[in-house]
Amino acid sequence: MSVSQGAHDPASAEEEAAIAGTGLLPRIAGRFGKTLFSLFVTLFGLLLVTFAIARLVPLDPALAVVGPRATQAQYEAARKEMGLDQPIPVQFVNYLSDVVRGDFGRSNLTSRPVIDDVRDAFPATLELATLATLLGVLLGVPAGVVSAVNQGRWPDHVLRVVGLLGYSMPVFWLGLIALLIFYGQLGWVGGPGQLDVSYELSYELDVTAYTGSILIDSALSGAWDVFANALTHIALPVFVLGYFSLAYISRMTRSFMLEQLGQEYVTAARVKGVPEGRVIWVHALGNAMVPLITVIALSYAALLEGSVLTETVFAWPGLGLYITQALFAADLNAVLGGTVVIGVAFIVLNLLSDLLYTVVDPRAR
Amino acid sequence: MTDEPLLEVENLRVRFETSRGVTEAVRGVSFQVGRERVGIVGESGSGKSMTGRSILRLIRPPGVATADRLMFSGIDLQALSERRMRAMRGRRIAMVMQDPKYSLNPVMRIGSQLVEALKVHERISKSKARERALQMLADVQIRDPERVLSAYPHELSGGMGQRVMIAMMLIPSPDLLIADEPTSALDVTVQLEVLRILDGLVKDRGMGLIFISHDLRLVSTFCDRVLVMYLGKIVEEIDASRLQDAEHPYTRGLLECLPAIGGSHEPLKVLKRDEAWA
Ligand SMILES: Nc1ncnc2c1ncn2[C@@H]1O[C@H](COP(=O)(O)OP(=O)(O)OP(=O)(O)O)[C@@H](O)[C@H]1O
Ligand SMILES: [Mg+2]
Repeated sequence: MSVSQGAHDPASAEEEAAIAGTGLLPRIAGRFGKTLFSLFVTLFGLLLVTFAIARLVPLDPALAVVGPRATQAQYEAARKEMGLDQPIPVQFVNYLSDVVRGDFGRSNLTSRPVIDDVRDAFPATLELATLATLLGVLLGVPAGVVSAVNQGRWPDHVLRVVGLLGYSMPVFWLGLIALLIFYGQLGWVGGPGQLDVSYELSYELDVTAYTGSILIDSALSGAWDVFANALTHIALPVFVLGYFSLAYISRMTRSFMLEQLGQEYVTAARVKGVPEGRVIWVHALGNAMVPLITVIALSYAALLEGSVLTETVFAWPGLGLYITQALFAADLNAVLGGTVVIGVAFIVLNLLSDLLYTVVDPRAR
Repeated sequence: MTDEPLLEVENLRVRFETSRGVTEAVRGVSFQVGRERVGIVGESGSGKSMTGRSILRLIRPPGVATADRLMFSGIDLQALSERRMRAMRGRRIAMVMQDPKYSLNPVMRIGSQLVEALKVHERISKSKARERALQMLADVQIRDPERVLSAYPHELSGGMGQRVMIAMMLIPSPDLLIADEPTSALDVTVQLEVLRILDGLVKDRGMGLIFISHDLRLVSTFCDRVLVMYLGKIVEEIDASRLQDAEHPYTRGLLECLPAIGGSHEPLKVLKRDEAWA
């Protein structure tokens, strides 16, 4: 034995000093600030694009307001009132200040301010997308973990086939079939729309519109019969959308888990004698959660903007349906207003997932 | 170096059956380890790690390990249920792995990882476990154990990380430690320091040590006995002090490949290999 047992050498003191000393909160705040800035730039870009679209499409907003039979003078007056006679940069600044004040103009289709329409439609979409994402996460993550742990054996095959079906079935078809069976044949759930017609009156009377979400408002108002009815209506669209979310999330979870389960720290945990359940659900999943957060946020965002078909099939008065109808009616204000709101939702989601990231991954702080 | 061997391995084999055919990583290895330091040397792919991991029964599919005999202080490891085998892992037999960058859980605090190593084997209060963890960190000569306890792995240097790894594996006081190239991922400047700490702890606690390395010189200065592996077999077993008398051509080849300080300036010999040796 030639390696001698000696005193400390100076190298270790230096190493110990290498442990990062800066406070956690300032670092998170700094990161948050940076994200906020980049999101601000993104928002600006989005508004630039929507503004450009509004100026580029061959639709004359002034003409749309005054109608084709107006006189030249009336038309000019409308143009002036809408600021369309100003130079383009001035128009853009005006547009920005309008948007900041929540003024997206009036919808031609509903003759109401777009912001009011959006305020009514967005909670319905948010409700649907949130519950569907919740379903996708609560079922998809465990399914992905079980798949990965049983890689190549029957639970893996079964779960992958289930996921693949979720990928390959068209939404409207799945939605219609689900309606046919569970509403038409079995009568287990409510039909299209958010409430039975018979409940719409009691919704108007008993429920205070705190948030615009029927489920939350009826629960807060203690109108449990309305709540229960709304639940039977949202169940099918949540199931259909949640299925897609589940298919995506479980597939990604599986591949992240397979990667993590091959890592050395997993073997190290087993060497310590850690029970297999803890190795999988705490050690490996704890690390797989890091990339999973992005996946979940992406899938949530996709549901927010992409539930158009589902909303159509289930006559769900959400933002997707609103924008689609506005699109077919060439209702430019409504389309652009809705687009900006979805863009803002994206940005907020980004910020949230970034924040969650720093919670889950110490390396990101 | 007690008479009663801690570990007896007889005819250990590790096979990988894949779609592209069968590979035998370990092909009938037998040895014994007492409360002593046994080195396993051999080139990359010779089956050293697989030998170490099959003692812990941690060969992952598609690998399959079999042995005529795998006894640990009178216990037949192969006959144990998975549950009882788990109770052996960490508590009786532990393993220090190569690179702390990959073998510590990156999203878990060092403190939780140390305490976990204790808690899976003992009922122990939080404060007691913390105390033991602090003591163990002091034992691997970490100066500021409090701070390291609340640190995450990426906040540690390689040398610190490996000392934490040693602490984590030694905290439940195992009887046998397998060290699989514990310093080859480290900077040369900290390699010796980590080895010295490891050696001191193994000696103080009277543990058995299986030291896996591809560095014959390191193994010969660090261990009592050396097993030389080649293509999944032990081709020579020799006392570290008598290494110069090694007879097997592969071992001789390894020895001749070592540069001698102040020696002749002839080019180093190239290692000769022969399938027939294995
Ligand atoms: N998943 C696998 N599938 C097929 N063969 C494998 C697999 N894992 C390991 N092996 C085989 O096992 C052999 C021995 O590997 P082992 O890790 O024990 O080598 P080693 O002596 O530790 O080498 P090193 O010095 O590089 O760590 C390898 O040569 C390889 O052929
Ligand atoms: Mg190895």
